[in-house]
Amino acid sequence: MKTKRIACLGLFIALAFVLSYVEYLLPLNIGIPGAKVGLANLVVMVALYTLGKKDAALLSVVRVVLVGFTFGNLAMMLYSMAGALLSFVVMLIAKRTKLFSITGVSVLGGVFHNVGQIIVAMFVLETASLLYYLPFLIVIGTISGIVIGVISGLITVRVDRLFDIK
Amino acid sequence: MKKNDYYLIIGILLLTGIVVLASNLILRNNSGSAAVAVVTIDGKEYGRFPLDKDVTERIELSDGVYNVISIHDGICEIKEASCRDQICVHHMNVQYDGQTIVCLPNKLVVTIVNSDEDDIDGATH
Repeated sequence: MKTKRIACLGLFIALAFVLSYVEYLLPLNIGIPGAKVGLANLVVMVALYTLGKKDAALLSVVRVVLVGFTFGNLAMMLYSMAGALLSFVVMLIAKRTKLFSITGVSVLGGVFHNVGQIIVAMFVLETASLLYYLPFLIVIGTISGIVIGVISGLITVRVDRLFDIK
Repeated sequence: MKKNDYYLIIGILLLTGIVVLASNLILRNNSGSAAVAVVTIDGKEYGRFPLDKDVTERIELSDGVYNVISIHDGICEIKEASCRDQICVHHMNVQYDGQTIVCLPNKLVVTIVNSDEDDIDGATH
């Protein structure tokens, strides 16, 4: 049982890593810094609903560190880490309340990923004018959250059945 | 998707829209208030007039010498002057930072000063 879990986690991390790379290759150029589809969040969502919160948290952190070292720089890693942690905490809470389905949880995750990034960027650059970007990032986070949520909902059903890892 | 999901999505989008609209309105109202028309007479500051408040001020100097400055629609101009040349009256309206109207005979200078320098261009790296 434990071996299977570790193997699955490894698979998920690899998948998140690859999806981050895909996103890195195909950046979403709409003139707003930090706007991303968040493909890797797909894996985090699936992990959260199949493996559980501990493994999903681990996956989220490992992914950010790996991607940061491989494709980005330290500043980018800092932003991603803040976004990933905040969004993960919010997703956990949202999941715990059982108010929302996987889509709602994903939307909240997407929104708060951007919020976390902006907060850190505001501290690093020491300017409040970045708040100007926040509404756009929230809308993008919502849209990508819906997409990611629907897809991860479809995947979760199948992965759960295949692996039966809970 | 649950019903709550739809509420959440619509709520987020609505809230963002409202915040954007509100902040736009506030920004628009404030954009003129930062600019101030500073009137100096013979090198001494006479008064400061914010451009967002419509005002007509008759500035009386000694010996019946006067200038009438008028601020409306975010611009500042000199309506009347007692001097002969009337250059300041014919001068174009001023509204941007650093623009000046000078009435040399009366030693009166109107300068627009924009105290708001911390806008987005100044802050972005």
